[in-house]
Amino acid sequence: MLEQLLTDLTIFILAIFVGYETISKVPVILHTPLMSGTNAIHGIVLVGAMLVAGLPEGPFVTALAFLAVVLGTINVVGGFLVTDRMLQMFAGKTQGAPRS
Amino acid sequence: MTLPHLPPNIVRAAYLVASVLFILGIKRLSSPKSARQGNTLAAIGMLLALVVTLLDRSILSYGTIAAGVLLGGVIGTVAARRVAMTAMPQMVALFNGSGGGAAAIVSSLEYLALARAGLPLTPVAGVTILLGAWIGALSFTGSLVAFGKLQGLVTERAVTYPLQKPINLLLFLGILGVSVWLVMQGAPNPAVYAWFAAASLLFGILFVIPIGGGDMPVVISLLNSFTGLATAATGFSLHNYVLIISGTLVGASGTLLTYLMCKAMNRPITNVLFGAFGSAPKGAGPAAGAGAAGLAGKAVRDVSVEDAATMLAYARKVIIIPGYGLAVAQAQHGVRELADLLKARGVDVKYAIHPVAGRMPGHMNVLLAEANVPYTELYDLDQVNPEFESADVALVIGANDVVNPAARSDTSSPIYGMPILDADKAKHVIIMKRSMKPGFAGIENELFYDPNAMMLFGDAKDSVTKLVQAVKAA
Repeated sequence: MLEQLLTDLTIFILAIFVGYETISKVPVILHTPLMSGTNAIHGIVLVGAMLVAGLPEGPFVTALAFLAVVLGTINVVGGFLVTDRMLQMFAGKTQGAPRS
Repeated sequence: MTLPHLPPNIVRAAYLVASVLFILGIKRLSSPKSARQGNTLAAIGMLLALVVTLLDRSILSYGTIAAGVLLGGVIGTVAARRVAMTAMPQMVALFNGSGGGAAAIVSSLEYLALARAGLPLTPVAGVTILLGAWIGALSFTGSLVAFGKLQGLVTERAVTYPLQKPINLLLFLGILGVSVWLVMQGAPNPAVYAWFAAASLLFGILFVIPIGGGDMPVVISLLNSFTGLATAATGFSLHNYVLIISGTLVGASGTLLTYLMCKAMNRPITNVLFGAFGSAPKGAGPAAGAGAAGLAGKAVRDVSVEDAATMLAYARKVIIIPGYGLAVAQAQHGVRELADLLKARGVDVKYAIHPVAGRMPGHMNVLLAEANVPYTELYDLDQVNPEFESADVALVIGANDVVNPAARSDTSSPIYGMPILDADKAKHVIIMKRSMKPGFAGIENELFYDPNAMMLFGDAKDSVTKLVQAVKAA
């Protein structure tokens, strides 16, 4: 139990440092895509939602698990697509007329 | 329907690969050239993590998952494709809330599973489950309120009422007390847990309601970080490393952005969250600040479209300062057209972007990128401020507080100390505004009364279109 907690904590603490180092290099102009991109990444909670939704359970639990999967999927799909839409505008600068 | 199950070690190895892809993806976001590729890398990591999860041996039925993914996928795709770039802040808030809600439910179902199995609740499991549920629920309802404020469904103003802070503090202490009690029970208690969950949802609403619309860049960053941490907490309770790593990455990112936003306004985070900044319209009363007293009797100077166009057309250097008003009026395409015309005439055009302009970090950059403004023409505060002295015209479009000189000189002003764009140092300042209404901070802007300043009243999009016509004729 304690061993497991220590492993989890080790990963957690190291991830804080990795996160801080990677993100502090992102320039101001990309802050919105950074936010919506990381926003999509925390949609990884969908993995957790799938794990709890994969168990045959009563209607109450199933309904909640269904809701968790729906919300998690919205987060993942919406987040990545919207970020891609934004970054497309940053990348393809010279070609094409402005879109409305 | 049955799928073959993967051995646990393969699943864990795939999670490791996914985590690496997330980190590499974020790393590539540091340059506009590689950013799109970075997002794609992260998406591939996500797909990998989700596919191997489906093949995990603990998943026994697929009906709920398939239905949920289908529905969520359709909603997410349609929302992401349809949303206007100007509505991006509220869209991000909504996606963020979805993640928070999912994290809260996952933690709660973990708790229920222990109760059903009649298993004890260890202190570690108790703390991580309750943390995930609390932060997730807070992020869920908080993001919904932020969405409502940005979308105009709820008032943008900071909502305050008597005893607000004591009530919030009591609720917070209540949640904390119940959490400690729940953890100390040693066994799950679903009835009390339901109260805990309801209180957490309520807390998210009460937490964001007193924060004004102009402070939403801070709130959205903070809630983003909360959802990340809630995800990490579910990772602790499920002992799932990919959840811990990705949740923590996002938590770190959101925290850093929150800090940068607060620094850009020179206000501590406590002031943003609990200061009820920009609450009631302060009106003409004494609350309008000491600066207003000195402004009494002074008049602003109007400028006609033709005169403004002439000044722009014959300038050598023009600095454009966009603000939230530009987003509201959707004037970004017109502004680029104007800038292109001026550049064709040999005018040096630069855009000055204040870090908190708009309603989310980097909001103006996204809008201008949509209008195909090259990012090399966008300058941040430190780069552009020395340029104003040599600028002929500073063109302020729908920005207010970020160019208010009171931030430099008036110690009694609520925005005193906030780094501002030195528009007043340009030879002429043209301010495009709908009315004399104060900005988010609810204070007068003495820049408007400056002898060099001229007001061009009207809807930003409308005025910009007229300016374009007039510059063509000039």
